[in-house]
Amino acid sequence: MSARDLLPLILVLAVLAALPFLGLSGSALNFLVTTLIIALAGLGWNVLGGFGGQYSFGHAAFFGTGAYATAVLQMKFGWNAWGALGAGIGLGALVGLAIGYLSFRAGLRGSYFALVTLAFAEVFRILANTADITGGAAGLLLPLRPGVASLQFADRRLFYLLVLAFVGVALLASRWLERSRFGAHLIAVRENEEAARALGVDALSVKLRAIALSAAITAAAGGLYVQYFLYLDAGVAYGTWISVEALLAPIVGGIGTAFGPLVGALALQGLGEVTKHLAGGIPGVDLVVFGACLIAVIAFAPQGLLGLRRRRRTVPVGA
Amino acid sequence: MLAVDSLTKRFQGLVAVDRASLGVPAGSITGLIGPNGAGKTTLFGMISGFLPPSEGRVLFEGEDVTAEAPHLRARRGIARTFQIVQPFAGLTVAENIAVGAYLRHPRRADAVAKAREVGLRVGLGDQLDKPASDLTVAGRKRLEVARALATEPRLLLLDEVLAGLNPSEIRDILPVVRAIRDGGVTILMIEHIMQAVMTLCEEVFVLAQGKMIASGPPRQVCADPHVIEAYLGKGAAARMKAEEIAHA
Ligand SMILES: Nc1ncnc2c1ncn2[C@@H]1O[C@H](COP(=O)(O)OP(=O)(O)O)[C@@H](O)[C@H]1O
Ligand SMILES: [Mg+2]
Repeated sequence: MSARDLLPLILVLAVLAALPFLGLSGSALNFLVTTLIIALAGLGWNVLGGFGGQYSFGHAAFFGTGAYATAVLQMKFGWNAWGALGAGIGLGALVGLAIGYLSFRAGLRGSYFALVTLAFAEVFRILANTADITGGAAGLLLPLRPGVASLQFADRRLFYLLVLAFVGVALLASRWLERSRFGAHLIAVRENEEAARALGVDALSVKLRAIALSAAITAAAGGLYVQYFLYLDAGVAYGTWISVEALLAPIVGGIGTAFGPLVGALALQGLGEVTKHLAGGIPGVDLVVFGACLIAVIAFAPQGLLGLRRRRRTVPVGA
Repeated sequence: MLAVDSLTKRFQGLVAVDRASLGVPAGSITGLIGPNGAGKTTLFGMISGFLPPSEGRVLFEGEDVTAEAPHLRARRGIARTFQIVQPFAGLTVAENIAVGAYLRHPRRADAVAKAREVGLRVGLGDQLDKPASDLTVAGRKRLEVARALATEPRLLLLDEVLAGLNPSEIRDILPVVRAIRDGGVTILMIEHIMQAVMTLCEEVFVLAQGKMIASGPPRQVCADPHVIEAYLGKGAAARMKAEEIAHA
């Protein structure tokens, strides 16, 4: 990757890094952290769904695994937070590999793959809701223990910067997909698997590597989530809410593009926040707005918000 | 270079290919002809690894590759085009070709340079940055050839790349095929257009109802009564012979 490829990424990260130092309120900072965590989950979904064309409806399986591993390893096994988060990311990747192996080996695609991922997430949710180690239905409450080792900062802006760093790494990975052989293979499998195989692409291995990377990124989002809110139950960790958020952000922002999930998460969360303020009393009104947005995007801007801008210029591949 | 040994493919009850054998010498352009539904595409599918044969073997450069996956055969140097073109519709022409070029060029800059060079070679030079979905039928056929060629194959399998083209487009693409061979790539081509087979191929094999019924230099094969009957129906050869005598 050349410096020119990275310039937009650096600019975006710089602006986002500066935001919390402009005197934001606590709730505004909360909003930003949540939005970035969702963007991160969406960046993960986008690797497999956007670049690879394998639409998962169950990324909660990875989000929840990252979250539970981060919490449980600290609470029940005495790990420090960083190690637990790292292990959560690794475990998420393994769960991704396992689900990928079972579904892709069986040749599942399209809605069948979506349904299988959804089923896995639901099974995990039910298991987590009953098992002892996950705290069952009561959930887990991480003890308050401020300090760098326990990843709990007195100044929440530091945590925001940590999440932003993860978003930066995920953006970098996405940028790499747009510029590398692996990414080209993944996109080729999305566009036409048979033609890709004829050109020497090992489609199964490409999809497995993609789902592992995708799951790892979304698991990181889960680990950061529990580390920020210090509370977790099965509905939060493995609930459909996060599966939906993770796929809506890239679809609304620009599916299969590096910045799509970030743009989509900012737009959707921002819109949700605004509607909550305007129509605060009506429960679930933000969900209605979500649904309306999705319909509008699919009908009028199938390439997402970034696609609206891109439509007017085509990028030559050699540039 | 390629030896197909008694390949059979059964789809449920239907025998699509029935103990067919053929050989392709290195450096040749060899033709595979036969009526529609004869099993030609099915035979290509077994040579390139997309269809597992029911019986028989495929040997490439002396090695048995019968059980090998398509992508491994591509790495060995077997490339194919699809009769029903399969472009990566969402990508540009150059990006399409680059997927093939990545097989031997892991670095993006090299793969893209290779893709542009191959695109130029097959006559897609001024369309490289267009979306592949904007190409005409003739353009898509060229793209099939370009993508396969970008993998730098030793054996190129062309499945009816001339079908659907008009005479002037065919005239333009024939030299491209010959230039590919002259560049050191062995070619096995399925073709319906006899004129093209006559001018390009040194040897042709004829498949009819799954069986290999004739082989030899194109002129000789076309005069073979079995071949005429396969194309025109039973008794056709005798009728033509009778007409010839009547005219003489
Ligand atoms: N996947 C398949 N399943 C069942 N029958 C098939 C399949 N593919 C091809 N056939 C049948 O096999 C025969 C040979 O087809 P094909 O190889 O496409 O012929 P050709 O390329 O010579 O026109 C045809 O009768 C076709 O209907
Ligand atoms: Mg055919």
